[in-house]
Amino acid sequence: MFNVEKIRDDFPILSKNVYGNPLVYLDNAATSQKPRQVIDALVDYYENYNANVHRGVHTLSMEATDKFEEAREKVATFINSESSDLVVWTRNASEGLNLIAYSWGEDNVHEGDEILLTPMEHHSNLVPWQELARRKNAVIKFIPMRENGTLDMDKVDDLITERTVLVSAVHMSNALGTINSVRELGQKAHQQGAKILVDGAQSVPHMPTNVQELDCDFLVFSGHKMLGPTGIGALYVKRDILNTMEPFLMGGEMVLEVSYEEASWADLPMRFEAGTPNIADSIGLGSAVDYLNDLGMENVRTHEKNLTSYALNKFKEADLDGMDLFGPDDPEVRGGVFSFNTVDVHPHDLGTFLDRMGIAVRTGHHCAMPLVRSLGVAATVRASFYLYNTEREVDILVDGVTEALRYFRDGSK
Amino acid sequence: MYDLEDLYQEIVMDHNRRPRNFGEIKNPTNSANGFNPLCGDQITLQLHLKDGLVSDLAFIGVGCAISKSSASMMTEELKGKTLDHAENLFEAFRKMITRNPGDSYDSDLLGDLEILQGVSRYPARIKCATLAWHTLHSAIHDENNVVSTE
Repeated sequence: MFNVEKIRDDFPILSKNVYGNPLVYLDNAATSQKPRQVIDALVDYYENYNANVHRGVHTLSMEATDKFEEAREKVATFINSESSDLVVWTRNASEGLNLIAYSWGEDNVHEGDEILLTPMEHHSNLVPWQELARRKNAVIKFIPMRENGTLDMDKVDDLITERTVLVSAVHMSNALGTINSVRELGQKAHQQGAKILVDGAQSVPHMPTNVQELDCDFLVFSGHKMLGPTGIGALYVKRDILNTMEPFLMGGEMVLEVSYEEASWADLPMRFEAGTPNIADSIGLGSAVDYLNDLGMENVRTHEKNLTSYALNKFKEADLDGMDLFGPDDPEVRGGVFSFNTVDVHPHDLGTFLDRMGIAVRTGHHCAMPLVRSLGVAATVRASFYLYNTEREVDILVDGVTEALRYFRDGSK
Repeated sequence: MYDLEDLYQEIVMDHNRRPRNFGEIKNPTNSANGFNPLCGDQITLQLHLKDGLVSDLAFIGVGCAISKSSASMMTEELKGKTLDHAENLFEAFRKMITRNPGDSYDSDLLGDLEILQGVSRYPARIKCATLAWHTLHSAIHDENNVVSTE
């Protein structure tokens, strides 16, 4: 049973007060809070079996290696990868994207080739491709977006051509909450022989992910947005592609045999993991996956979908003067992300005011500068929800925004 | 109620709602654009400099209450003053806003501008308060006329 109050008890930080008010944490698209179980897993590693992995014959090293690889298994199963050796540890989604751009991109993107993106990409799924395209004289195209913040899928067939080598799309937009039909994009890409990359940074934490059903060639995501520690993320690549990719970083751990002249590479996935890996945080992420599995990702998605409906209604009822709420109004294609702008009150002032009420929101361009500009604003306020947020917190947010607008408009409190 | 008054003092709010010298001037001799890309704040500042005096100035732009009121108060403070005075004010203002422990600033010189000293307790908002002043510096010194706080 999905019991939010019980879940909240697992998160020590949620009982914190900010300026004397209970913390209302609504910046989950930036990073999630961590349950006691994940924090304990980190402490347990450092207190009981801290050792380097894959090379020691001693007891601690073997235990660390087992737990480290067990965490990889957990993550692989979580996204339904056919095998754990297709899951490469990274620092975060950004590193995964850069790894693909350098390793796969250098060998597979040529002059005149086309890369198709969406207009709602995070900078991390835009800038690496811009730079690759510059190096290769390749072309970047964008799928148009409709007024309601969804992709215009009717235009996709014309945009994917025989020159398209990659379609790279965010599964759920961090700025609008839009959930994109990445499976359909993948089918269309494959029909033309192109690859499909899914940026799962915002979707993997919030809904069931099945790479085999999505039939995606690449998937990237970050651990810290899904209850795990910062500094750990994962990259999934289909076997026939990963097998052909050259290592991105060279050094220890990633080699099989080394002479003074040359080296041969270790098996998958270690050939992409040079140097001592982030052992503690991998294990922490494994623990976060356990926590999410116990709740059930279908239940997490249902909870957030309900919360999204509730918030959409609340904002509609409040009918705040001069306020634009961006993104789709159908909770089926929207995650719990609420970006908005008010005509005359700047997002930073709103953010500072809300902070004084204990409400943590993000203000700015959310690392999606071109998108935010295309909305015709310089910045937005973004409230983003997770599995521990409640309808009561939505109420506090809507009341807070209402009060803030009054404060900045006529000075009354 | 939420103890916001140290940041949003009544005078700040007043300048935010009714910014002074908001617009353009005739025959500007100097101008500059300032950006705060992370917040999306933007300001265009025009000056008329004559015989070492700021004889007229005005600004337009978009920004938060802090950046707008700081620009408005700056223009009010500088009109008719010497360039040397402007430079000294900038220095004192910068010291007040980016206050390091043990640093002191010239409180007498700043006068009304001291109202913004609460900003120094909000590190994320310091750039908002200093944007207009950096833009002024650029306009006076003709350094490619575009400043960015990043």
